[in-house]
Amino acid sequence: MSRNGSILKNLDWTTILIFLGLTFFGWLNIYGASYNFEQSSIFDFFNRAGKQFVWIISALFLGGIILLIDAKTYDLFAYILYAIMIVVLLITPLLAHNVKGSYSWITIGPISLQPAEFAKCITALALAKYMGRYEYHYRGWKDLYIPMAIIGLPMAIIMLLQRETGTALVFAAFLLVFYRQGMSGLVLWGGILAAIIFVIVVRFSIWPAIILLTICFGLLAWRTWKIKRYYKWLVLLAFIVYIGFSAACDVVFTKVLQPHQRVRIEVLLGMKDDPSGAGYNVAQSMIAIGSGRFFGKGYLQGTQTKLHFVPEQDTDFIFCTVGEEWGFVGSAGVLILYLIFILRLIAIAERQRDNFSQIYCYSVASIFMTHLIINVGMVLGLLPVIGIPLPFFSYGGSSMIGFSLLLFILLKLDATRVEKLH
Amino acid sequence: MINDKYYNRRYVISGIAVVIVLVYIIKLFIVQIIDQSTKEQADNNALVRQTIYPSRGLIYDRNGELLVFNQPIYDITLVLREMGKDFDTLAFCDILDINQEDFNNRIKEISNKRKNRGFSRYTPQVFMSQLTKADVAPLQESLYRFPGVALRKRTLRDYTYKAAAQALGSVGEVNQKDLDRDKYYVLGDYSGRDGIEKTYESILRGIKGEEILMRDSRGRLQGHYKDGKFDTPAQAGTDLTLTIDIQLQLLAEQLLTGKIGSVVAIEPSTGEILAMASSPTWNPQLLVGKVRSANYNMLLQDNTKPLLNRATQATYSPGSTFKVLQSLVCLQEGGITPNTKYSCNGPRSTPIKCTHNHGSPVSLEEAIEQSCNPYFWCAFRDMLQKDGYGDKNEIFRKRYQLWRDDILQFGLGQRFNESDIAEQSSGSIPTIAYYDRYYGKTGWKAITIRSLSIGQGEVLVTPLQLANEAAIIANSGYYITPHLNKDFPVESNKNTTSINPKYFPIVQDGMNRVMTHGTGRWYQIDSIQSCGKTGTVQNPHGKDHAIFIGFAPKENPQIAIAVVVENAGFGATWAAPVASLIMEQYLTDTIKRTWLRDRIANSILNEDVKEW
Repeated sequence: MSRNGSILKNLDWTTILIFLGLTFFGWLNIYGASYNFEQSSIFDFFNRAGKQFVWIISALFLGGIILLIDAKTYDLFAYILYAIMIVVLLITPLLAHNVKGSYSWITIGPISLQPAEFAKCITALALAKYMGRYEYHYRGWKDLYIPMAIIGLPMAIIMLLQRETGTALVFAAFLLVFYRQGMSGLVLWGGILAAIIFVIVVRFSIWPAIILLTICFGLLAWRTWKIKRYYKWLVLLAFIVYIGFSAACDVVFTKVLQPHQRVRIEVLLGMKDDPSGAGYNVAQSMIAIGSGRFFGKGYLQGTQTKLHFVPEQDTDFIFCTVGEEWGFVGSAGVLILYLIFILRLIAIAERQRDNFSQIYCYSVASIFMTHLIINVGMVLGLLPVIGIPLPFFSYGGSSMIGFSLLLFILLKLDATRVEKLH
Repeated sequence: MINDKYYNRRYVISGIAVVIVLVYIIKLFIVQIIDQSTKEQADNNALVRQTIYPSRGLIYDRNGELLVFNQPIYDITLVLREMGKDFDTLAFCDILDINQEDFNNRIKEISNKRKNRGFSRYTPQVFMSQLTKADVAPLQESLYRFPGVALRKRTLRDYTYKAAAQALGSVGEVNQKDLDRDKYYVLGDYSGRDGIEKTYESILRGIKGEEILMRDSRGRLQGHYKDGKFDTPAQAGTDLTLTIDIQLQLLAEQLLTGKIGSVVAIEPSTGEILAMASSPTWNPQLLVGKVRSANYNMLLQDNTKPLLNRATQATYSPGSTFKVLQSLVCLQEGGITPNTKYSCNGPRSTPIKCTHNHGSPVSLEEAIEQSCNPYFWCAFRDMLQKDGYGDKNEIFRKRYQLWRDDILQFGLGQRFNESDIAEQSSGSIPTIAYYDRYYGKTGWKAITIRSLSIGQGEVLVTPLQLANEAAIIANSGYYITPHLNKDFPVESNKNTTSINPKYFPIVQDGMNRVMTHGTGRWYQIDSIQSCGKTGTVQNPHGKDHAIFIGFAPKENPQIAIAVVVENAGFGATWAAPVASLIMEQYLTDTIKRTWLRDRIANSILNEDVKEW
């Protein structure tokens, strides 16, 4: 039995089909978004769809190579790759030009690359390697220190040195992996509560936040009263911490944040209703999507996205084009396809038989999920304007290759999961 | 993996994904299907609807001579946002021959939201307006050098003759009322403000077209939406042919030079207004374009009130010209017969003295010829008192009502509502209620209202009504609503009086005698039998108003006319010659009595009358 034959047979073709479907549809929409009523071919390398085509082919080629490489390689070289990645991330800001306030792009000849896009994949490998060790068992907080550091280091570099807050934020996806591995659910729910409190404080005032906290913790105290006596002290402590957090948000928002940062948050929360001002992007995005109605305006017929009303229309706001040209049917369809894709990745992660593969696969699922949630949430005006790409849809070589890398390593690990036990 | 105690967490993580995607789909559903506002916003956003202004309908006189046409003008507009930092202000100012300071001031002015409420950095703002083609030609050539700058072509009115300013009216910017009333207009549009321009605004203006251009978020135009499939061309306004004879109009205005007064000439058989002049008047060019508001204010402040269309808006007591109506009404309602004669004691007559010198007793025809006041007082009295006064003057009051109703049939005391003349006064024929208020229900008798018998007192008419009155007599009993548009429906606007047609020849003969033997005898037209009646109207503003009504020829009348010259003295001296010359011009196409024309035209009766 040839190895290649077994690889092809064991590949998860469902995932590959969805991947190909999303990529192809994304490519069509990039052509749509950059289509400027002057007919040029979708393969014209001077327009973005043509360039994206090159990236897609490259990504598929790379994917093929990944499938040929021994699955153990990733485990083996994870730390070395991680070290190289950290170095690259560190030197990137020194070489990079300022692109809209971020220093994350390296230009080599005609190609611009964003190393941060590959950092997600390598960090996932390193994390999987560390947490997948035979000796590693999650028992408590101290077992998360090193995994936290593994994701915290690239995150810090990207955020602080490269000023790519959006990409850095994606590393929060690993919290889902930690959760799956046993991290207390309190962290997850506590984080969600903190986010809600933040919104309430900024949007309204501190008082509704305090009322909400009182109700939440009141219920918690009542539920846990009889379990252990010291619990109520813990609950009280948490309550005080959250009240402090609310107050801090209040102060930070009004005193500490830079005006442009505050404006971004205000726009998101619907506090500034000025379509040509700071809320312009989101307002235009909503108009574009809304104008698609049920069936959309038809492919290449969108006027909003095409006439450059929506900024970043073929990168971060590509979902607008989908909404405008393909309507509710198309955009909801894409979301459902993504959901199936993510659920499929979770299922794949769950069927892995070794810790390394499972943690890696969960990382991949979480990263895709985070990208989808943040990107679409932003386009729909539900989340702040955070510039991260929609996987396989947004124009960009780095992200296309980065996401393919993530996916194909997962496919390789999955295809060889049986082999590995032998 | 076996014995995984956190196995259920896969469902929590999947659940989060499912819930969030579901929330997003709901949001999509709201935005794309429930919320209807985005579609409209989207249309406004990407598509620029640009109005194409139609050219306004042209106006011709009855002989096809062009009176009113259009001249193109240009506005320079700026989109501030598109101009950018590199805008070459120096070159721009140079080309327009303005200095930098003007430029900066104007920009400041445009950007001031309090002065310019429609200001936006994203939309075209008018930088300079109403420039001629020559003014903008240099800019047009180098427009490409100035991003955000555009030329907008519009049209203004232009006139072949300096005539008929009041009748034609003018075009000006729409006001708030127009905007509220008619959705067709947007701020800055022009519409007919008065005269014919106002009456026929809806057909003269045409239909605005629209081109739908696509624009990106920086406001740059990207060409026609769907290759112009949804563009609508502008439809030019309908041309209008007037009933006015411009040569007659020019003559009328020439004859009124230096006088305050008016002329209305009507073709009796059709009600077509051949000339409608009001003096003082102005050059219609004055109310066009940039200079309009300044000139309008100047005209407004002129105490001779040139803006008043005296032909249709000024009201006068008709004086002796009213006697022809009195004759007809009294014949119709009884009180006199064609054979009735009254004696006249000349200046010693009571209660009204006669101002003319003639024999006694006089017949109706002679009375008209000699404008005998006592005759018409007697006739009026006998008509009103024919059946006595009755209980509480009931019978008398009924007779008065009868008289008034008959007078109203001649188009007096009311506006011609069907007419296309925008500005009209109704004039007034006093009602019973009016006299009741003054004298009490039983406090007034024929003697109380005796001045009505000779057209003085409370009766007020406009020159238009007087001309129409002449037309009715010319037509022996009917009139077509006087109008200015050649396409005005004639048949449906025929109004017939209840006066028996058999009475008209008597009055016509009387009026003919005026021209042959009476007050108008100096102004007979060679070989044409004309009919007329002069009037000299006492008024509180100085010298008497000179009035004349008449028509010619006597058989098959072609023109009926009314002339009023304010504070000129005898009707026979000033109004009759004006009418006579106009009738001559119309009937013979020439004026033989050039000396008379020149004498009248060169006579300055009112020093205040300015030539605008």
